[in-house]
Amino acid sequence: MRYMLMICDDESDSRGPLELVRAPEHVAWIDYLDRRGITFLDGARLRRSTDATTVRSRNGETLVSDGPFAETKEQVGGFALIECDHLDDAVEAAARHPFAAHGVVEVRPVWDE
Amino acid sequence: MSGTADQAVAAAFRESWGQIVATLIGATGDWDLAEESAQDAFTAALDAWSRHGVPDRPGAWLTSVARNRATDVLRRRALGVAKLREVAMAERDRDAEPAEPADVDEVAASGVPDDRLRLIFTCCHPALPLDAQVALTLRTLAGLSTAEIARAFLVPEPTMAQRLVRAKRKIRNAGIPYRVPPARLLPQRIKAVLGVLYLLFNEGYSATSGAELVRHELTAEAIRLARLLVTLMPEDCEAAGLLALMLMHDARQDARLNELGDLVTLEDQDRSRWDFGKITEAVAILKNAMQRARPGPYQIQAAIAACHATASDAADTDWGQIAALYERLADLLPSPVVELNRAVAVAMAGSPAAGLAIVDSLVQSRSLPDYRLLPAVRADLLRRLHRLDEAAVCYREALSLASTDSEQRFLLRRLRETTTPGPPGYT
Repeated sequence: MRYMLMICDDESDSRGPLELVRAPEHVAWIDYLDRRGITFLDGARLRRSTDATTVRSRNGETLVSDGPFAETKEQVGGFALIECDHLDDAVEAAARHPFAAHGVVEVRPVWDE
Repeated sequence: MSGTADQAVAAAFRESWGQIVATLIGATGDWDLAEESAQDAFTAALDAWSRHGVPDRPGAWLTSVARNRATDVLRRRALGVAKLREVAMAERDRDAEPAEPADVDEVAASGVPDDRLRLIFTCCHPALPLDAQVALTLRTLAGLSTAEIARAFLVPEPTMAQRLVRAKRKIRNAGIPYRVPPARLLPQRIKAVLGVLYLLFNEGYSATSGAELVRHELTAEAIRLARLLVTLMPEDCEAAGLLALMLMHDARQDARLNELGDLVTLEDQDRSRWDFGKITEAVAILKNAMQRARPGPYQIQAAIAACHATASDAADTDWGQIAALYERLADLLPSPVVELNRAVAVAMAGSPAAGLAIVDSLVQSRSLPDYRLLPAVRADLLRRLHRLDEAAVCYREALSLASTDSEQRFLLRRLRETTTPGPPGYT
């Protein structure tokens, strides 16, 4: 099954993608996925939520506003798309993601039909 | 004849329902199909057993009928081809070995995980909401109907049906595995299973409101499932601790209410009405678990219950030991409710003033807002200290929070005792 790990934190970690992929804890995480036979399909680091734009279309009108969709303490800061056998493996992968130690990771199964 | 058959089907239902459902989920991966096929098999048994007699091994008979039903349904489904092959293969594997294990001990000894264990761990998966874990466990393992579960938890039947549908859908969509978790995940996951069983038991035991009969069923099911867990995982001390704890509470069930249905405190209970068979069994289970020196919250709570259950009367109770056990429990599982219990034990061990000091610090910290037992305990300690006016105030507060009629009658009686002058001879 494919799972999307949405990596959220309070945006206190300001490191960009290049810095993150070289960080030893992230290298260790990718190694862990490899060892466990979990495939890393895709992933990205997102810009801060202050750079977000929210868009709605209502009655033919486009409403554009600044900022993220929800004003919460934790914001999505990146994602990882993985493939593994079942939820328990996805949860273990999420638990070992470096950001899980200070933020939260939401695990969502991809809707496959 | 048909009476015997009905009884045999009822007995087989209690004995084998969970096993059959668990086996069929394992073979087909389809929870609804597993339940429906099991249901069909029991319906078929009602007719067949009254006409041809009860088979030698009812469980094996039912399993094979249910399996055939499931195979038929899958055969009729166009997309069922691959699954059909699996069922057929599972059947072949099963034919190679004894068709139905004689008893669960044999399975445990063989090292092959029992299907029911896979079922328990899947029902109690932390990715499911707690109320769904409880409902799913009762439906699939204990065989309670949706209507019965709805009654027990005081929700409308459609709500409970919806809850079960959602839970099964999540198991499928989120890819929750049907398995006993590997050793590295086991400690956390067992904790979740034990938590669900204890919640089940307490829901039935403390009966926060009406529908008494179904609620007794909940305590019985919780004990039955705990027994099963202990048989399947004999090395887990906390599972044994939980079983001992529930048995000891259950042994006092009949003495907890008087003929009017009012609550009788432990102190005033007629101990001859306790079930000493259950107490003896519980003490043996606990002793066996504690010998392995892997203590945990359930074992400690069982040890506390054992102090009560083995005392010949309230005065004979080793309250000092109980207070010490609550202190250990508070180390493992810090909680204001544990503190409140420790306060009672300290008071009973001879220092009501020290007990009251613990209660007062709980009141000050506001860690138990609107908890009905906090003013009730405070009232009782003040009564023991002969501070009757203050006690009356607390009894009134406790009364405003009491949720059952019998609890209210109990508190009213105490309130009357503190407000009418009488012989202060008792403590």
